[in-house]
Amino acid sequence: MTENVFDFNKKIDIAWCPGCGDFAIRKALLSALQELGLERKNLVMVSGIGQAAKMPQYINSSFFNGLHGRALPVATAIKAVAPNLTVIAEGGDGDMYGEGGNHFLHAARRNPDLTLFVHENMVYGLTKGQAAPTSRLGMRTPVQVSGVISEPLNPVALAIAMNVGFVARTFSGDIEGTKEIMKRAILHEGFALVDIFQPCVSFNKGNGFQWFKDNTYKLESDYKADDRARAFARALEETPFPLGVLYESDQRRPFEELLFAYREDKTPLRERKPDMELLRTVIREKA
Amino acid sequence: MIKHKDLSIVISGEAGQGIQSIESMITIFAKKAFFHVFATKEYMSRVRGGCNSTSIRISPTSVMAGVDRIDILVPLTPEAIPHLKDRIGDSTIILGEKSLIGEDRMIDLPFTAIAVEAGGAIYSNTVAVGALCALLKIDRAACEPGIREFFAQKSGDVQAANVDAFNRGYERGLSLRQDIAIDIAADPDVAGKIMLTGADAVALGAIAGGCNYVCAYPMSPGTTVFTALAEYSKRFDIIVEQVEDEIGVANMALGAWYAGARALVSTSGGGFALMSEAVSLSGGIETPLVVHIGQRPGPATGLPTRTEQGDLNLAIHAGHGDFLKVLLAPGDLEEGFELSRAAFDIADRYQSPVFILTDQYFVDSYYATRTFKVPEAPLENKVVATAADYRRYVLGSPDGISPRGIPGMGDGIVCVDSDEHDEGGYITENREMRVAMVAKRLAKIEAVKKDAIQPTLYGDARYSTLLVGWGSVKMPIIEALAAIDQPGIAYLHFPWVYPLPESAAGYMAAASTRVAVEGNATGQFADLVEFETGLRFDHRILKSDGYQYTVEELADKISALL
Repeated sequence: MTENVFDFNKKIDIAWCPGCGDFAIRKALLSALQELGLERKNLVMVSGIGQAAKMPQYINSSFFNGLHGRALPVATAIKAVAPNLTVIAEGGDGDMYGEGGNHFLHAARRNPDLTLFVHENMVYGLTKGQAAPTSRLGMRTPVQVSGVISEPLNPVALAIAMNVGFVARTFSGDIEGTKEIMKRAILHEGFALVDIFQPCVSFNKGNGFQWFKDNTYKLESDYKADDRARAFARALEETPFPLGVLYESDQRRPFEELLFAYREDKTPLRERKPDMELLRTVIREKA
Repeated sequence: MIKHKDLSIVISGEAGQGIQSIESMITIFAKKAFFHVFATKEYMSRVRGGCNSTSIRISPTSVMAGVDRIDILVPLTPEAIPHLKDRIGDSTIILGEKSLIGEDRMIDLPFTAIAVEAGGAIYSNTVAVGALCALLKIDRAACEPGIREFFAQKSGDVQAANVDAFNRGYERGLSLRQDIAIDIAADPDVAGKIMLTGADAVALGAIAGGCNYVCAYPMSPGTTVFTALAEYSKRFDIIVEQVEDEIGVANMALGAWYAGARALVSTSGGGFALMSEAVSLSGGIETPLVVHIGQRPGPATGLPTRTEQGDLNLAIHAGHGDFLKVLLAPGDLEEGFELSRAAFDIADRYQSPVFILTDQYFVDSYYATRTFKVPEAPLENKVVATAADYRRYVLGSPDGISPRGIPGMGDGIVCVDSDEHDEGGYITENREMRVAMVAKRLAKIEAVKKDAIQPTLYGDARYSTLLVGWGSVKMPIIEALAAIDQPGIAYLHFPWVYPLPESAAGYMAAASTRVAVEGNATGQFADLVEFETGLRFDHRILKSDGYQYTVEELADKISALL
């Protein structure tokens, strides 16, 4: 195997717990980036806060590791200013569906050409074991001492309801399958969500590796992902949860393409110069 | 006979009655006739009904502030009379529909009846404009194309009906010239002046500063600048995005700057409160951010459509941690343009958040002013092409500034992290690195002082009484001082309010009596000046009723202290 330009040529100190599903997701991501043959300087990883949101630190590329929940507005702007860049937003379920829930909804509406990888482990890891928006009903935590009483958020059904053009779910235990879906998600023109089931070995004993094994299945090989209503119905299935690409459609055009600034001129915004002569004219018109 | 050298006209009515169109037409025609014009408005937070007013000054010399006095009042609703009772004097001429308003002393001008002759009651505002133009002795023929242009979006029939309504109003106005004698000299110098709102000045300044991305969540009065830039966006290639909330707004703007754009955010105090986390992020990742804060009275929702300078402390203290923030506050339209442009330059140079503080009064008011100086060349982006071994936060520069690269421009990678980071942008808890990064950020606070715009002194340079203010109180204070016309008084104006310019202390020390003037309840800027200079104010003239100072009001308050 050739050297992966997105990996480091030295040992790096990774803050994840031994056995964490994040390692497998990183492995899948590194392979996906390499196999797509992306230029290192044209990739930007964007994240918020959490264990999953540390991923950009461990990928040898540009990154914007900002604040909790805020990856998507940042990533949307980066793509709009420089459409030639590949932009990947990555984080955990608390980051993207909890603190960043509103941004998730509106990123789905805008449809920027960026890829969102969400590590779904159904628990808060970095803050040590509280419920996530995806935690299963009844799950007991140091805060939800009598068990979770709120309905878990269903990100894939929500994304299909919002007409996101690429919606998939994978399991970190399947590195090869996750990698292949990551590649398709990155290539999709528009907003793409890959929700990645991932065991948290430290804080979620109830939904561990074996639980995910037992409660998931792969979509049939002849499943057609082009029907939104059918995809929505499958997205509602729980225990077992279907894995694979639930919905894929190229009907919507990406946000950046629709922006007036790019309708005629495709030059990235940041490479254009302000027209000072026009400004003088506009000011003269105020006389 | 109007005895003042300039004329104060007030039009008052319900929201939706068309005060704004009367105001716009009058000011446009008056300026075209080479009168100096100033207009300011106050309005309630409702779309229909209530009672609002707009105050217009028509003058032979430059005017840039509002007055209490009303020379001619045009009430469109009976409510206007109690609404403006404190401003209606014995000499105020009330002009309008007597049958509707019911004031005995008023001069009857049946707008509606005349409008019906022109085709319908809907044209009554244009009748009023015609009558006022006749009283101002504005050439009738010169107005006709202006009327058509004003209604350019409407059909030819509607335009013709408005011209007819204008002419009928004008005829009636001519017949009133004996009762209402107005004699204001035109000034040919007005020809070269431009007329625009504060919001427009800030928006144009932003364009001059290279702004090519604007995002916001609508909130009065910050929306005005957002709307103005949206209007220019097609001509200047500006990306305009209305974001889901203010948190998303400010984070999105940082993403845009990080990728190489020059983004502006426009909001008001309540929206800005939500942006604090991103202000701190801007400081931490050393990515520029420019925020326009159009202030309105708080706390909480406060008075949504009115004015106050109450967000200074919020802005100074926004964001956890220690890092550079720069606050600019224009006091007139030229400053609005120049400071807005400068904000982008400072943000870019110091890789830090810069705030432009205006208020409802500033963004909504407009007047004829000198044209803006647009530099030949656009501001250069201070970003560097990255080498393969580029590191975003290289230490060692005495001013704390490390060259800013942007992703995809050069061979290197650009890594920024909200966690404490090392020179490459990678998370660290190394104690020496933490100390070095704190020092790097603090060095910028020191370094920016050399670029601070120093305060300007207006009035008697050998003052004993010094008035100190910032932002939109500038022009009311300057005109009040002219009205008082006494030696020994000066006004020190701060367009750059924070970090406080170092020359402040010398100006303060030279005064025997120091008076702070600002539009908030406690004297937030006065506190800052006292803290930074160690010198106390003897008096604080403060106001938090939601309105800007008028010239007379300030002249009275200042005179009482002399």
